[in-house]
Amino acid sequence: MTVHAPIATQSAESLQVIIKVRHLTVAYGHRVILENLDLDVYRGEVLGVVGASGTGKSVTLRAIVGLAPVRSGLIEVNGIDMRRADSAQRISVERRWGILFQQGALFSSLTVKQNVQLPLREYLNLDEELLDDIARLKISLVGLRPDAADKYPAELSGGMIKRAALARALALDPEIVFLDEPTSGLDPISAGEFDDLIRSLQRTLGLTVFMVTHDLDSLATICDRIAVVGDKHILTTGTLEDMLKFDHPWVQAYFRGPRARGITHRSE
Amino acid sequence: MAFVKFVDEGQHGILVARGDWTVDRAEEIDHALKKLKPDGRRLRSVDIRFDGVRRIDTTGAWLLVRTSEAFEAAGIPTILEGNDPDRRALIDTVLNRKTEKSRPPLPRNQLIGTLADIGAGVRAAGRDARGILEFFGEVVIALSHIARHPSRIRPAAIATHLERTGLNAIPIVFLMSFLVGGIVAQQGAFQLKAYGGEVFAVNLVAILVMRELGLLLAAIMFAGRSGSATTAELGAMKMREEIDAMRVIGLNPIEILAIPRLAAFVIALPLVTVISDLAALLGALITSWLYVGIEPSAFIEQLRSVLKPRHLFIGVVKAPFMAVIIGVIACIEGLRVEGSSESLGKHTTASVVKAIFMVIVVDGLFAIVFAALDI
Repeated sequence: MTVHAPIATQSAESLQVIIKVRHLTVAYGHRVILENLDLDVYRGEVLGVVGASGTGKSVTLRAIVGLAPVRSGLIEVNGIDMRRADSAQRISVERRWGILFQQGALFSSLTVKQNVQLPLREYLNLDEELLDDIARLKISLVGLRPDAADKYPAELSGGMIKRAALARALALDPEIVFLDEPTSGLDPISAGEFDDLIRSLQRTLGLTVFMVTHDLDSLATICDRIAVVGDKHILTTGTLEDMLKFDHPWVQAYFRGPRARGITHRSE
Repeated sequence: MAFVKFVDEGQHGILVARGDWTVDRAEEIDHALKKLKPDGRRLRSVDIRFDGVRRIDTTGAWLLVRTSEAFEAAGIPTILEGNDPDRRALIDTVLNRKTEKSRPPLPRNQLIGTLADIGAGVRAAGRDARGILEFFGEVVIALSHIARHPSRIRPAAIATHLERTGLNAIPIVFLMSFLVGGIVAQQGAFQLKAYGGEVFAVNLVAILVMRELGLLLAAIMFAGRSGSATTAELGAMKMREEIDAMRVIGLNPIEILAIPRLAAFVIALPLVTVISDLAALLGALITSWLYVGIEPSAFIEQLRSVLKPRHLFIGVVKAPFMAVIIGVIACIEGLRVEGSSESLGKHTTASVVKAIFMVIVVDGLFAIVFAALDI
């Protein structure tokens, strides 16, 4: 596999591209959202995707998982060309990723436990007791109390919904986890805890994390690498230090702005 | 492939885990583990070795931990052994989880269960009745408010709902009534033919359609089309907190959402009823002509001798009442929707079922009243 732009934190030979995007163009009708976008995600890294509102961060994520209308380009996950793959190949890839949607997207008529068990029931033939054990384990892994298992999504707070949705995303022990603004709508303390949770899960489970975020603290604390979306493509990728040096008005304003003081002090 | 090998060394047992301990293999591993029946009385200690495992995930780690806990529970000290730090960390994470089995619900006594269900049903019926009263109260308050401030009437909203509930319903109501009118005329004529009075099928159809069927068909179609739509719209707004948003901005959801819909229903249903009546008579005219050979001119002649203006009036005067019933039930059910999509479906169904049921009950009451008044 070809490796583009080797990154400083890891040695080049350990890098393995798990998601490869080339010349991606996404358009809704005549409105072109992304044009000629190139991006690599390496196995085992936490990639933070940032950009101004409406630049297409979430669309990038949705295009990779097959929810956005891709006009042209290549999307390869685990070496499989997702746009040409037959349904068996697609399912084999889909089983190996988990997605945390911005609003959680928990199934509102199922309890948290049933939400977590749904992918397991769909793909595997496990007995009830083991299903219950696995659901309980995932629910405790994401830091929810055991009594949350039998609650319905409407009975949960915003933070609990995010955690429950993460538990569902982790149900099949995926290799790749897509997170769409995981900490938005959480208070700073919960957001910090959620970051720690993602980091520790990523380390112990060896996950690759693709995270769309606005949260500067998440970028500074848990992301190995940052990709900036702007002008319909990826402006730059690299570490936080690289971002601080990158000469682009939006990138400068974002990483040097008043809200970024905390993190820039830390990294300088 | 064997995932587990159990080496029995008398008092000491070694459980060697091999292969992929992942969620895809969980079923086979679970079976393999359940087949192991080590002699619990003889064993003094057990080692579980996971270094031979090729890949492991949380489910695999859980199966290891579960096995170790099962030995411990049988009074056999167990050690989870392995050198790989990543796997160690994963297993520790699973070990440190704070889970507890949720208690299974208490088994219910059959008789008490039935009684409890009846009680819950009665309470729900009471709540329904109270809900209707409360809603009527709110509607009256909103109406009195509008009466004092006529600028609060929303002609644009009423017009939109008139189009959606009234105008757009005309084709399907027309078709349905046309067919039913035709069927009733045909069946009536066949039965009356035996007595040589097939022309009286016209009387049968005319009275039945004008007094009852025209309205009932239109009302049932209203409940199915517009009542369900209203419940689903209000329900979705309730789910997304839009109704709460209205209240805190100081807007009255009853005034903004319910009144224009109710007004549109009340205006549209009588008009659609008239169209429904005409469609049914047209259907009857055509089948009488084709099946029984009653010429259209003879049909119309017979109609003129049978129908009086009061027959049309009796049908149409009931329409606004039916419209209010359908609208009120639809709004109440919509506002009762809670968080889940299942709840939305339940209340939409309830809205249509209750509305059609109430329409038929009230139609029966009207029939009794009109009979007593001799009209």
